[in-house]
Amino acid sequence: MHPAPSLIAFTVASGLGFGLLFWLGIDATPPSGWVGLAFYLIAYALALAGLGASTRHLGRPERALKAFTQWRSSWLSREAWAAVAALSVNAFHAAGLVFFDLHLPALGWLGAALALGTVFATSMIYAQLRTVPRWHHWSTPVLFLLYAVTGGALLSGRVEAALVLLTVTGAAQGAVFLHGDRRLARAGTTLSTATGLPGPRAFAPPHTGPNYLTREMAFSVARRHAEKLRLIALALGALLPALLLLLPFHHSLGLVALLSHVAGGITARWLFFAEAEHVMSLYYGKSQRT
Amino acid sequence: MTSLPKLTERRLGLVIDLDTCVGCHACVVACKGWNTQSHGVPLSDQDPYGADPSGTFLNRIHTYEVTPADGPAQVVHFPKSCLHCEDAPCVTVCPTGASFKRAADGIVLVNETDCIGCGLCAWACPYGARELDADEGVMKKCTLCVDRIDNPTLPEEDRIPACVRTCPAGARHFGDLSDPNSAISALVEERGGFDLMPEQGTRPVNKYLPPRPRDTWTEEVDVLAPFLEPVAEDARGFLGWLDRTLSKL
Ligand code: SF4
Ligand code: SF4
Repeated sequence: MHPAPSLIAFTVASGLGFGLLFWLGIDATPPSGWVGLAFYLIAYALALAGLGASTRHLGRPERALKAFTQWRSSWLSREAWAAVAALSVNAFHAAGLVFFDLHLPALGWLGAALALGTVFATSMIYAQLRTVPRWHHWSTPVLFLLYAVTGGALLSGRVEAALVLLTVTGAAQGAVFLHGDRRLARAGTTLSTATGLPGPRAFAPPHTGPNYLTREMAFSVARRHAEKLRLIALALGALLPALLLLLPFHHSLGLVALLSHVAGGITARWLFFAEAEHVMSLYYGKSQRT
Repeated sequence: MTSLPKLTERRLGLVIDLDTCVGCHACVVACKGWNTQSHGVPLSDQDPYGADPSGTFLNRIHTYEVTPADGPAQVVHFPKSCLHCEDAPCVTVCPTGASFKRAADGIVLVNETDCIGCGLCAWACPYGARELDADEGVMKKCTLCVDRIDNPTLPEEDRIPACVRTCPAGARHFGDLSDPNSAISALVEERGGFDLMPEQGTRPVNKYLPPRPRDTWTEEVDVLAPFLEPVAEDARGFLGWLDRTLSKL
Protein backbone atom coordinates (compact mmCIF):
# COMPACT_ATOMS: atom_id res chain seq x y z
CA MET A 1 0.00 0.00 0.00
CA HIS A 2 1.13 3.53 -0.72
CA PRO A 3 2.67 4.96 2.48
CA ALA A 4 0.80 8.28 2.38
CA PRO A 5 2.48 10.88 4.65
CA SER A 6 -0.96 12.12 5.77
CA LEU A 7 -1.91 8.67 7.06
CA ILE A 8 1.43 8.09 8.76
CA ALA A 9 1.20 11.51 10.45
CA PHE A 10 -2.41 10.83 11.40
CA THR A 11 -1.87 7.43 13.01
CA VAL A 12 1.38 8.32 14.77
CA ALA A 13 0.34 11.73 16.14
CA SER A 14 -3.16 10.73 17.18
CA GLY A 15 -1.78 7.55 18.77
CA LEU A 16 0.61 9.62 20.88
CA GLY A 17 -2.05 12.16 21.81
CA PHE A 18 -4.64 9.58 22.84
CA GLY A 19 -1.90 7.56 24.57
CA LEU A 20 -1.05 10.59 26.71
CA LEU A 21 -4.74 11.21 27.44
CA PHE A 22 -4.98 7.60 28.62
CA TRP A 23 -2.22 8.04 31.19
CA LEU A 24 -3.53 11.42 32.35
CA GLY A 25 -6.97 9.87 32.76
CA ILE A 26 -5.92 6.95 34.95
CA ASP A 27 -3.42 8.96 37.00
CA ALA A 28 -4.36 8.82 40.71
CA THR A 29 -2.59 12.15 41.28
CA PRO A 30 -2.91 13.90 37.94
CA PRO A 31 -1.11 17.18 37.26
CA SER A 32 -3.31 20.21 37.88
CA GLY A 33 -3.03 23.95 37.37
CA TRP A 34 -0.42 25.15 34.87
CA VAL A 35 1.39 21.82 34.70
CA GLY A 36 -1.87 20.09 33.98
CA LEU A 37 -2.66 22.64 31.31
CA ALA A 38 0.70 22.03 29.62
CA PHE A 39 0.18 18.24 29.56
CA TYR A 40 -3.34 18.52 28.21
CA LEU A 41 -2.29 21.05 25.58
CA ILE A 42 0.36 18.63 24.32
CA ALA A 43 -2.13 15.76 24.24
CA TYR A 44 -4.78 17.78 22.41
CA ALA A 45 -2.28 19.28 19.98
CA LEU A 46 -1.09 15.80 18.99
CA ALA A 47 -4.55 14.25 18.77
CA LEU A 48 -5.99 17.16 16.80
CA ALA A 49 -2.96 17.43 14.52
CA GLY A 50 -3.38 13.73 13.75
CA LEU A 51 -7.08 14.04 13.03
CA GLY A 52 -6.40 17.13 10.93
CA ALA A 53 -3.81 15.23 8.90
CA SER A 54 -6.32 12.46 8.26
CA THR A 55 -8.73 14.89 6.60
CA ARG A 56 -5.97 15.81 4.15
CA HIS A 57 -6.27 12.27 2.84
CA LEU A 58 -9.86 12.94 1.75
CA GLY A 59 -10.86 13.87 -1.77
CA ARG A 60 -13.73 15.98 -0.40
CA PRO A 61 -12.66 17.16 3.08
CA GLU A 62 -15.48 19.73 3.20
CA ARG A 63 -17.97 16.86 3.55
CA ALA A 64 -16.05 15.19 6.39
CA LEU A 65 -19.00 15.52 8.80
CA LYS A 66 -20.92 12.95 6.77
CA ALA A 67 -18.48 10.37 8.14
CA PHE A 68 -20.41 10.43 11.43
CA THR A 69 -23.50 8.80 9.92
CA GLN A 70 -22.59 5.11 9.51
CA TRP A 71 -21.33 4.09 12.96
CA ARG A 72 -23.47 0.96 12.84
CA SER A 73 -21.39 -0.63 10.09
CA SER A 74 -18.21 1.36 9.47
CA TRP A 75 -15.07 1.43 11.63
CA LEU A 76 -14.05 4.75 10.09
CA SER A 77 -17.33 6.26 11.28
CA ARG A 78 -16.92 4.67 14.73
CA GLU A 79 -13.46 6.15 14.93
CA ALA A 80 -14.86 9.61 14.25
CA TRP A 81 -17.38 9.18 17.08
CA ALA A 82 -14.82 7.71 19.47
CA ALA A 83 -12.45 10.61 18.81
CA VAL A 84 -15.13 13.21 19.48
CA ALA A 85 -16.29 11.38 22.62
CA ALA A 86 -12.73 10.96 23.93
CA LEU A 87 -11.81 14.57 23.27
CA SER A 88 -14.99 15.92 24.92
CA VAL A 89 -14.90 13.73 28.04
CA ASN A 90 -11.22 14.40 28.60
CA ALA A 91 -11.82 18.12 28.10
CA PHE A 92 -14.23 18.12 31.07
CA HIS A 93 -11.75 16.13 33.13
CA ALA A 94 -8.96 18.52 32.16
CA ALA A 95 -11.05 21.62 32.88
CA GLY A 96 -11.72 20.35 36.39
CA LEU A 97 -8.02 19.76 37.03
CA VAL A 98 -6.69 22.90 35.41
CA PHE A 99 -9.20 25.51 36.48
CA PHE A 100 -10.79 24.18 39.67
CA ASP A 101 -8.13 21.82 41.02
CA LEU A 102 -10.91 19.24 41.04
CA HIS A 103 -10.10 15.58 40.35
CA LEU A 104 -12.93 13.29 39.25
CA PRO A 105 -11.32 9.84 38.92
CA ALA A 106 -14.40 8.24 37.34
CA LEU A 107 -14.44 10.84 34.58
CA GLY A 108 -10.69 10.33 34.11
CA TRP A 109 -11.11 6.58 33.71
CA LEU A 110 -13.95 7.07 31.24
CA GLY A 111 -11.76 9.48 29.26
CA ALA A 112 -8.88 7.00 29.31
CA ALA A 113 -11.12 4.19 28.06
CA LEU A 114 -12.45 6.38 25.25
CA ALA A 115 -8.91 7.41 24.29
CA LEU A 116 -7.91 3.76 23.92
CA GLY A 117 -11.20 3.06 22.18
CA THR A 118 -10.31 5.67 19.57
CA VAL A 119 -6.92 4.06 18.90
CA PHE A 120 -8.63 0.68 18.69
CA ALA A 121 -11.15 1.99 16.16
CA THR A 122 -8.33 3.48 14.07
CA SER A 123 -6.53 0.15 14.04
CA MET A 124 -9.70 -1.71 13.07
CA ILE A 125 -10.00 0.41 9.92
CA TYR A 126 -6.89 -1.46 8.77
CA ALA A 127 -7.36 -4.79 10.54
CA GLN A 128 -10.84 -5.31 9.05
CA LEU A 129 -9.49 -5.37 5.48
CA ARG A 130 -9.31 -8.94 4.28
CA THR A 131 -7.85 -7.57 1.06
CA VAL A 132 -4.63 -6.70 2.89
CA PRO A 133 -3.65 -9.97 4.59
CA ARG A 134 -0.73 -8.38 6.45
CA TRP A 135 -3.18 -6.11 8.31
CA HIS A 136 -6.07 -8.56 8.65
CA HIS A 137 -4.91 -9.98 11.98
CA TRP A 138 -5.57 -9.43 15.69
CA SER A 139 -2.01 -8.22 16.14
CA THR A 140 -2.82 -4.99 14.28
CA PRO A 141 -5.01 -3.49 17.05
CA VAL A 142 -2.67 -4.89 19.70
CA LEU A 143 0.32 -3.15 18.16
CA PHE A 144 -1.53 0.14 17.62
CA LEU A 145 -2.59 0.14 21.27
CA LEU A 146 0.91 -0.77 22.44
CA TYR A 147 2.46 2.10 20.50
CA ALA A 148 -0.13 4.51 21.91
CA VAL A 149 0.39 3.56 25.57
CA THR A 150 4.17 3.38 25.17
CA GLY A 151 4.36 6.83 23.57
CA GLY A 152 1.93 8.15 26.17
CA ALA A 153 4.05 6.75 29.01
CA LEU A 154 7.14 8.47 27.59
CA LEU A 155 5.26 11.73 27.09
CA SER A 156 3.94 11.71 30.63
CA GLY A 157 7.37 10.82 32.08
CA ARG A 158 6.51 7.39 33.51
CA VAL A 159 9.94 5.79 33.44
CA GLU A 160 9.17 2.33 34.89
CA ALA A 161 6.02 1.84 32.84
CA ALA A 162 7.79 3.11 29.72
CA LEU A 163 10.66 0.65 30.18
CA VAL A 164 8.30 -2.33 30.40
CA LEU A 165 6.18 -1.09 27.50
CA LEU A 166 9.17 -0.34 25.27
CA THR A 167 10.32 -3.92 25.72
CA VAL A 168 6.88 -5.36 25.04
CA THR A 169 6.23 -3.09 22.03
CA GLY A 170 9.66 -3.82 20.55
CA ALA A 171 9.18 -7.58 20.92
CA ALA A 172 5.65 -7.43 19.51
CA GLN A 173 6.75 -5.28 16.57
CA GLY A 174 9.61 -7.68 15.79
CA ALA A 175 7.26 -10.66 15.87
CA VAL A 176 4.73 -8.87 13.65
CA PHE A 177 7.45 -7.99 11.12
CA LEU A 178 8.33 -11.66 10.78
CA HIS A 179 4.85 -13.16 10.98
CA GLY A 180 3.51 -10.53 8.58
CA ASP A 181 5.68 -11.92 5.79
CA ARG A 182 3.70 -15.15 5.82
CA ARG A 183 0.19 -13.71 5.89
CA LEU A 184 -0.33 -13.20 2.15
CA ALA A 185 0.59 -16.80 1.46
CA ARG A 186 -1.65 -17.98 4.28
CA ALA A 187 -4.59 -16.00 2.94
CA GLY A 188 -4.35 -18.21 -0.15
CA THR A 189 -5.11 -15.49 -2.70
CA THR A 190 -2.92 -15.81 -5.77
CA LEU A 191 -3.06 -14.63 -9.37
CA SER A 192 -4.54 -18.05 -10.07
CA THR A 193 -7.52 -17.63 -7.71
CA ALA A 194 -7.83 -14.03 -8.92
CA THR A 195 -8.25 -15.06 -12.55
CA GLY A 196 -9.40 -18.68 -12.36
CA LEU A 197 -6.60 -19.54 -14.78
CA PRO A 198 -3.97 -22.24 -14.20
CA GLY A 199 -0.55 -20.72 -13.49
CA PRO A 200 -1.06 -17.43 -15.30
CA ARG A 201 1.71 -14.96 -16.02
CA ALA A 202 0.86 -11.27 -16.23
CA PHE A 203 1.48 -10.52 -19.89
CA ALA A 204 0.23 -6.99 -20.46
CA PRO A 205 -1.32 -4.43 -18.10
CA PRO A 206 -4.59 -2.71 -19.05
CA HIS A 207 -2.91 0.61 -19.80
CA THR A 208 0.57 1.76 -20.66
CA GLY A 209 0.79 4.10 -17.68
CA PRO A 210 0.09 3.94 -13.96
CA ASN A 211 -3.40 4.53 -12.55
CA TYR A 212 -5.10 5.17 -9.22
CA LEU A 213 -5.01 1.47 -8.37
CA THR A 214 -1.32 0.96 -9.04
CA ARG A 215 -0.38 4.22 -7.32
CA GLU A 216 -2.51 3.55 -4.27
CA MET A 217 -2.25 -0.21 -3.81
CA ALA A 218 0.55 -1.72 -5.83
CA PHE A 219 3.37 -0.11 -3.86
CA SER A 220 6.24 -2.45 -3.15
CA VAL A 221 9.41 -2.02 -1.20
CA ALA A 222 12.59 -3.96 -1.92
CA ARG A 223 13.33 -6.64 0.65
CA ARG A 224 16.82 -5.39 1.47
CA HIS A 225 15.51 -1.88 2.11
CA ALA A 226 12.68 -3.19 4.23
CA GLU A 227 15.07 -5.23 6.34
CA LYS A 228 17.25 -2.21 7.07
CA LEU A 229 14.23 -0.11 7.94
CA ARG A 230 12.91 -2.80 10.24
CA LEU A 231 16.15 -2.78 12.18
CA ILE A 232 16.07 1.03 12.34
CA ALA A 233 12.45 0.94 13.55
CA LEU A 234 13.30 -1.52 16.33
CA ALA A 235 16.55 0.21 17.32
CA LEU A 236 15.11 3.73 17.45
CA GLY A 237 11.63 2.75 18.54
CA ALA A 238 12.45 0.42 21.42
CA LEU A 239 16.12 -0.38 22.03
CA LEU A 240 17.67 3.09 22.23
CA PRO A 241 14.90 4.68 24.34
CA ALA A 242 14.98 1.72 26.73
CA LEU A 243 18.75 2.06 27.17
CA LEU A 244 18.43 5.80 27.71
CA LEU A 245 15.82 5.25 30.40
CA LEU A 246 18.10 2.78 32.17
CA LEU A 247 20.67 5.54 32.67
CA PRO A 248 20.27 7.79 35.72
CA PHE A 249 17.19 9.83 34.90
CA HIS A 250 17.52 13.28 33.49
CA HIS A 251 14.85 15.25 31.63
CA SER A 252 17.02 15.75 28.56
CA LEU A 253 17.59 11.98 28.32
CA GLY A 254 13.85 11.47 28.64
CA LEU A 255 13.29 13.89 25.77
CA VAL A 256 15.85 12.12 23.57
CA ALA A 257 14.23 8.79 24.44
CA LEU A 258 10.85 10.18 23.42
CA LEU A 259 12.12 11.61 20.13
CA SER A 260 13.91 8.38 19.33
CA HIS A 261 10.78 6.36 20.06
CA VAL A 262 8.69 8.62 17.83
CA ALA A 263 11.23 8.39 14.99
CA GLY A 264 11.20 4.59 15.31
CA GLY A 265 7.40 4.62 15.44
CA ILE A 266 7.21 6.68 12.24
CA THR A 267 9.57 4.24 10.51
CA ALA A 268 7.50 1.30 11.69
CA ARG A 269 4.30 2.97 10.50
CA TRP A 270 5.86 3.72 7.11
CA LEU A 271 6.67 0.02 6.83
CA PHE A 272 3.17 -0.88 8.03
CA PHE A 273 1.84 0.72 4.85
CA ALA A 274 4.71 0.13 2.45
CA GLU A 275 5.07 -3.58 3.18
CA ALA A 276 1.33 -4.32 3.12
CA GLU A 277 0.39 -6.23 -0.01
CA HIS A 278 -3.08 -5.61 -1.43
CA VAL A 279 -4.47 -8.67 -3.23
CA MET A 280 -5.59 -6.38 -6.09
CA SER A 281 -1.95 -5.84 -7.03
CA LEU A 282 -1.75 -9.51 -8.01
CA TYR A 283 -3.72 -8.58 -11.13
CA TYR A 284 -0.82 -6.32 -12.06
CA GLY A 285 1.65 -9.16 -11.71
CA LYS A 286 3.04 -8.06 -8.37
CA SER A 287 4.29 -10.92 -6.29
CA GLN A 288 4.79 -10.89 -2.57
CA ARG A 289 8.15 -9.15 -2.54
CA THR A 290 10.56 -7.79 -5.09
CA MET B 1 -27.17 3.14 4.45
CA THR B 2 -23.99 1.15 4.29
CA SER B 3 -25.37 -2.08 5.68
CA LEU B 4 -26.00 -4.68 3.03
CA PRO B 5 -29.55 -5.73 2.16
CA LYS B 6 -30.37 -9.18 3.56
CA LEU B 7 -31.63 -10.36 0.23
CA THR B 8 -31.87 -8.70 -3.13
CA GLU B 9 -34.91 -9.32 -5.30
CA ARG B 10 -32.79 -9.85 -8.38
CA ARG B 11 -29.07 -10.24 -8.96
CA LEU B 12 -28.24 -8.29 -12.06
CA GLY B 13 -24.73 -8.81 -13.33
CA LEU B 14 -22.38 -9.73 -16.12
CA VAL B 15 -21.02 -12.99 -17.40
CA ILE B 16 -17.67 -12.57 -19.13
CA ASP B 17 -16.41 -15.18 -21.53
CA LEU B 18 -12.63 -15.51 -21.33
CA ASP B 19 -12.77 -17.84 -24.30
CA THR B 20 -14.18 -15.35 -26.78
CA CYS B 21 -12.75 -12.07 -25.50
CA VAL B 22 -10.27 -10.90 -28.10
CA GLY B 23 -8.81 -8.08 -26.02
CA CYS B 24 -9.89 -5.28 -28.34
CA HIS B 25 -10.75 -2.90 -25.47
CA ALA B 26 -13.95 -1.82 -27.24
CA CYS B 27 -15.85 -2.27 -23.96
CA VAL B 28 -13.33 -0.05 -22.17
CA VAL B 29 -13.90 2.71 -24.70
CA ALA B 30 -17.69 2.28 -24.67
CA CYS B 31 -17.71 2.35 -20.86
CA LYS B 32 -15.52 5.42 -20.68
CA GLY B 33 -17.57 7.14 -23.36
CA TRP B 34 -20.95 6.43 -21.81
CA ASN B 35 -19.93 7.25 -18.27
CA THR B 36 -17.98 10.36 -19.07
CA GLN B 37 -20.81 12.09 -20.89
CA SER B 38 -24.05 10.60 -19.64
CA HIS B 39 -24.64 11.96 -16.16
CA GLY B 40 -23.22 14.36 -13.61
CA VAL B 41 -19.51 14.92 -13.86
CA PRO B 42 -17.13 13.37 -16.39
CA LEU B 43 -14.85 10.44 -15.68
CA SER B 44 -11.75 12.57 -15.58
CA ASP B 45 -8.34 12.08 -17.16
CA GLN B 46 -5.15 13.77 -16.07
CA ASP B 47 -2.68 14.97 -18.67
CA PRO B 48 -4.50 12.95 -21.35
CA TYR B 49 -2.49 14.27 -24.28
CA GLY B 50 0.75 14.88 -22.40
CA ALA B 51 3.76 12.81 -21.51
CA ASP B 52 2.23 11.11 -18.46
CA PRO B 53 -1.42 10.36 -19.17
CA SER B 54 -3.58 8.74 -16.51
CA GLY B 55 -7.31 8.47 -15.99
CA THR B 56 -10.30 6.98 -14.26
CA PHE B 57 -11.72 3.81 -15.80
CA LEU B 58 -14.52 1.57 -14.58
CA ASN B 59 -13.49 -1.36 -16.74
CA ARG B 60 -9.98 -2.48 -17.56
CA ILE B 61 -8.65 -5.37 -19.62
CA HIS B 62 -5.66 -7.29 -18.35
CA THR B 63 -3.85 -9.85 -20.46
CA TYR B 64 -2.38 -13.07 -19.11
CA GLU B 65 -0.40 -15.91 -20.58
CA VAL B 66 -1.06 -19.49 -19.59
CA THR B 67 1.05 -22.43 -20.68
CA PRO B 68 -0.74 -25.77 -20.55
CA ALA B 69 1.47 -28.76 -19.78
CA ASP B 70 0.74 -30.36 -23.15
CA GLY B 71 0.46 -27.43 -25.51
CA PRO B 72 1.83 -24.11 -26.59
CA ALA B 73 1.39 -20.96 -24.49
CA GLN B 74 -1.87 -19.12 -24.99
CA VAL B 75 -2.96 -15.57 -24.29
CA VAL B 76 -6.11 -14.86 -22.26
CA HIS B 77 -7.64 -11.40 -22.22
CA PHE B 78 -9.27 -10.61 -18.93
CA PRO B 79 -11.84 -7.80 -18.63
CA LYS B 80 -12.40 -6.66 -15.08
CA SER B 81 -15.00 -4.32 -13.61
CA CYS B 82 -17.14 -4.29 -10.47
CA LEU B 83 -18.60 -7.75 -9.78
CA HIS B 84 -21.53 -6.36 -7.72
CA CYS B 85 -20.71 -8.74 -4.88
CA GLU B 86 -23.43 -10.08 -2.62
CA ASP B 87 -21.20 -9.63 0.43
CA ALA B 88 -19.66 -6.42 -0.83
CA PRO B 89 -16.93 -5.34 1.62
CA CYS B 90 -16.71 -1.96 -0.13
CA VAL B 91 -20.22 -1.09 1.07
CA THR B 92 -19.88 -1.88 4.76
CA VAL B 93 -16.62 0.05 5.25
CA CYS B 94 -18.07 3.30 3.90
CA PRO B 95 -18.38 5.87 6.70
CA THR B 96 -20.80 8.18 4.92
CA GLY B 97 -23.44 5.91 3.43
CA ALA B 98 -22.38 6.99 -0.06
CA SER B 99 -21.72 3.36 -1.02
CA PHE B 100 -24.76 1.14 -1.10
CA LYS B 101 -26.23 -1.98 -2.66
CA ARG B 102 -29.69 -1.73 -4.14
CA ALA B 103 -32.15 -4.16 -2.58
CA ALA B 104 -34.17 -4.37 -5.80
CA ASP B 105 -31.46 -5.61 -8.17
CA GLY B 106 -28.25 -5.92 -6.18
CA ILE B 107 -26.38 -3.20 -8.08
CA VAL B 108 -23.62 -1.60 -6.01
CA LEU B 109 -23.52 2.18 -6.43
CA VAL B 110 -21.88 5.30 -5.03
CA ASN B 111 -23.93 8.38 -4.25
CA GLU B 112 -21.34 10.89 -5.37
CA THR B 113 -22.80 13.83 -3.46
CA ASP B 114 -22.29 11.98 -0.16
CA CYS B 115 -18.81 10.62 -0.85
CA ILE B 116 -15.92 12.23 1.04
CA GLY B 117 -13.29 10.49 -1.07
CA CYS B 118 -11.66 8.65 1.83
CA GLY B 119 -10.75 5.79 -0.49
CA LEU B 120 -11.49 3.09 2.07
CA CYS B 121 -13.95 1.28 -0.20
CA ALA B 122 -11.28 0.99 -2.91
CA TRP B 123 -9.00 -0.61 -0.33
CA ALA B 124 -11.76 -2.99 0.73
CA CYS B 125 -12.45 -4.23 -2.81
CA PRO B 126 -10.19 -7.19 -3.66
CA TYR B 127 -10.62 -6.70 -7.40
CA GLY B 128 -9.52 -3.11 -7.92
CA ALA B 129 -12.97 -2.20 -9.20
CA ARG B 130 -13.18 1.28 -7.64
CA GLU B 131 -11.15 4.29 -8.63
CA LEU B 132 -10.98 7.70 -7.00
CA ASP B 133 -11.54 10.40 -9.58
CA ALA B 134 -8.58 12.77 -9.18
CA ASP B 135 -10.49 15.82 -10.46
CA GLU B 136 -13.73 15.23 -8.62
CA GLY B 137 -12.32 13.76 -5.39
CA VAL B 138 -15.06 11.12 -5.24
CA MET B 139 -15.18 7.38 -5.82
CA LYS B 140 -16.22 6.05 -9.22
CA LYS B 141 -17.24 2.54 -10.11
CA CYS B 142 -19.23 0.47 -12.58
CA THR B 143 -22.94 1.23 -12.26
CA LEU B 144 -23.98 -1.62 -14.54
CA CYS B 145 -25.24 1.33 -16.59
CA VAL B 146 -28.27 1.96 -14.38
CA ASP B 147 -28.94 4.94 -16.62
CA ARG B 148 -29.31 2.63 -19.62
CA ILE B 149 -30.92 -0.53 -18.29
CA ASP B 150 -33.81 1.35 -16.66
CA ASN B 151 -34.06 4.07 -19.27
CA PRO B 152 -37.38 4.03 -21.16
CA THR B 153 -36.17 6.71 -23.60
CA LEU B 154 -33.67 4.30 -25.11
CA PRO B 155 -34.66 1.70 -27.70
CA GLU B 156 -35.16 -1.75 -26.18
CA GLU B 157 -31.90 -3.18 -27.57
CA ASP B 158 -29.88 -0.40 -25.95
CA ARG B 159 -31.17 -1.09 -22.44
CA ILE B 160 -28.12 -3.12 -21.55
CA PRO B 161 -24.75 -1.97 -20.23
CA ALA B 162 -22.65 -0.09 -22.81
CA CYS B 163 -19.86 -2.68 -22.63
CA VAL B 164 -22.22 -5.54 -23.41
CA ARG B 165 -23.88 -3.59 -26.21
CA THR B 166 -20.56 -2.86 -27.88
CA CYS B 167 -18.56 -6.09 -27.49
CA PRO B 168 -17.90 -7.26 -31.07
CA ALA B 169 -16.93 -10.75 -29.93
CA GLY B 170 -20.05 -11.38 -27.86
CA ALA B 171 -17.88 -12.04 -24.85
CA ARG B 172 -20.03 -10.06 -22.42
CA HIS B 173 -23.51 -11.07 -21.29
CA PHE B 174 -25.94 -9.22 -19.05
CA GLY B 175 -28.88 -10.57 -17.10
CA ASP B 176 -30.44 -11.70 -13.84
CA LEU B 177 -28.26 -14.31 -12.20
CA SER B 178 -30.82 -15.01 -9.48
CA ASP B 179 -33.21 -16.44 -12.07
CA PRO B 180 -32.18 -20.02 -12.83
CA ASN B 181 -34.15 -19.87 -16.08
CA SER B 182 -32.44 -16.79 -17.48
CA ALA B 183 -30.24 -17.22 -20.54
CA ILE B 184 -27.27 -15.95 -18.58
CA SER B 185 -27.74 -18.52 -15.78
CA ALA B 186 -27.95 -21.27 -18.38
CA LEU B 187 -24.69 -20.04 -19.85
CA VAL B 188 -22.97 -20.15 -16.46
CA GLU B 189 -24.31 -23.64 -15.90
CA GLU B 190 -23.28 -24.95 -19.30
CA ARG B 191 -19.78 -23.46 -19.39
CA GLY B 192 -18.81 -23.85 -15.74
CA GLY B 193 -18.83 -20.17 -14.80
CA PHE B 194 -16.70 -19.38 -11.77
CA ASP B 195 -16.09 -16.69 -9.13
CA LEU B 196 -12.94 -14.58 -8.86
CA MET B 197 -11.07 -14.92 -5.54
CA PRO B 198 -13.74 -17.06 -3.86
CA GLU B 199 -11.54 -17.20 -0.74
CA GLN B 200 -12.12 -13.49 -0.20
CA GLY B 201 -15.72 -14.27 0.71
CA THR B 202 -17.29 -11.50 -1.38
CA ARG B 203 -19.68 -13.79 -3.30
CA PRO B 204 -19.45 -11.92 -6.61
CA VAL B 205 -22.55 -11.82 -8.80
CA ASN B 206 -20.54 -11.53 -12.03
CA LYS B 207 -19.21 -14.82 -13.31
CA TYR B 208 -16.36 -15.69 -15.64
CA LEU B 209 -16.41 -18.47 -18.22
CA PRO B 210 -13.13 -20.35 -18.61
CA PRO B 211 -11.24 -20.55 -21.92
CA ARG B 212 -12.18 -23.73 -23.81
CA PRO B 213 -9.43 -26.28 -24.43
CA ARG B 214 -7.60 -25.38 -27.63
CA ASP B 215 -7.45 -27.67 -30.67
CA THR B 216 -4.40 -29.87 -30.76
CA TRP B 217 -2.31 -30.75 -33.81
CA THR B 218 -0.89 -34.23 -33.91
CA GLU B 219 0.53 -34.33 -37.45
CA GLU B 220 3.68 -32.63 -38.68
CA VAL B 221 3.77 -29.28 -36.86
CA ASP B 222 5.35 -27.22 -39.61
CA VAL B 223 3.61 -27.94 -42.90
CA LEU B 224 5.77 -25.51 -44.84
CA ALA B 225 9.10 -26.88 -43.63
CA PRO B 226 9.56 -29.42 -46.50
CA PHE B 227 9.31 -26.60 -49.02
CA LEU B 228 12.10 -24.72 -47.34
CA GLU B 229 14.75 -27.41 -47.78
CA PRO B 230 17.91 -25.82 -49.26
CA VAL B 231 17.93 -26.38 -53.04
CA ALA B 232 21.69 -26.53 -53.58
CA GLU B 233 23.74 -28.06 -50.81
CA ASP B 234 27.18 -27.00 -52.05
CA ALA B 235 28.12 -24.17 -54.33
CA ARG B 236 30.27 -24.86 -57.39
CA GLY B 237 32.54 -22.73 -59.60
CA PHE B 238 34.06 -19.46 -58.50
CA LEU B 239 31.57 -18.82 -55.68
CA GLY B 240 32.20 -22.31 -54.36
CA TRP B 241 35.94 -21.72 -54.38
CA LEU B 242 35.44 -18.33 -52.63
CA ASP B 243 33.20 -19.90 -49.99
CA ARG B 244 35.63 -22.73 -49.29
CA THR B 245 38.62 -20.38 -49.14
CA LEU B 246 36.89 -17.90 -46.86
CA SER B 247 35.69 -20.55 -44.43
CA LYS B 248 39.23 -21.89 -44.16
CA LEU B 249 40.55 -18.55 -42.92
S1 SF4 C 1 -16.23 -5.90 -7.08
FE1 SF4 C 1 -15.33 -4.55 -5.55
S2 SF4 C 1 -16.46 -2.62 -5.79
FE2 SF4 C 1 -17.68 -4.20 -6.80
S3 SF4 C 1 -19.12 -4.92 -5.21
FE3 SF4 C 1 -17.34 -6.31 -5.17
S4 SF4 C 1 -16.03 -5.44 -3.59
FE4 SF4 C 1 -17.48 -3.82 -4.16
S1 SF4 D 1 -14.52 6.96 -0.81
FE1 SF4 D 1 -16.67 7.64 -0.71
S2 SF4 D 1 -17.86 5.81 -1.20
FE2 SF4 D 1 -15.78 5.11 -0.69
S3 SF4 D 1 -15.84 4.62 1.52
FE3 SF4 D 1 -15.14 6.77 1.35
S4 SF4 D 1 -17.03 7.99 1.49
FE4 SF4 D 1 -17.68 5.87 1.04
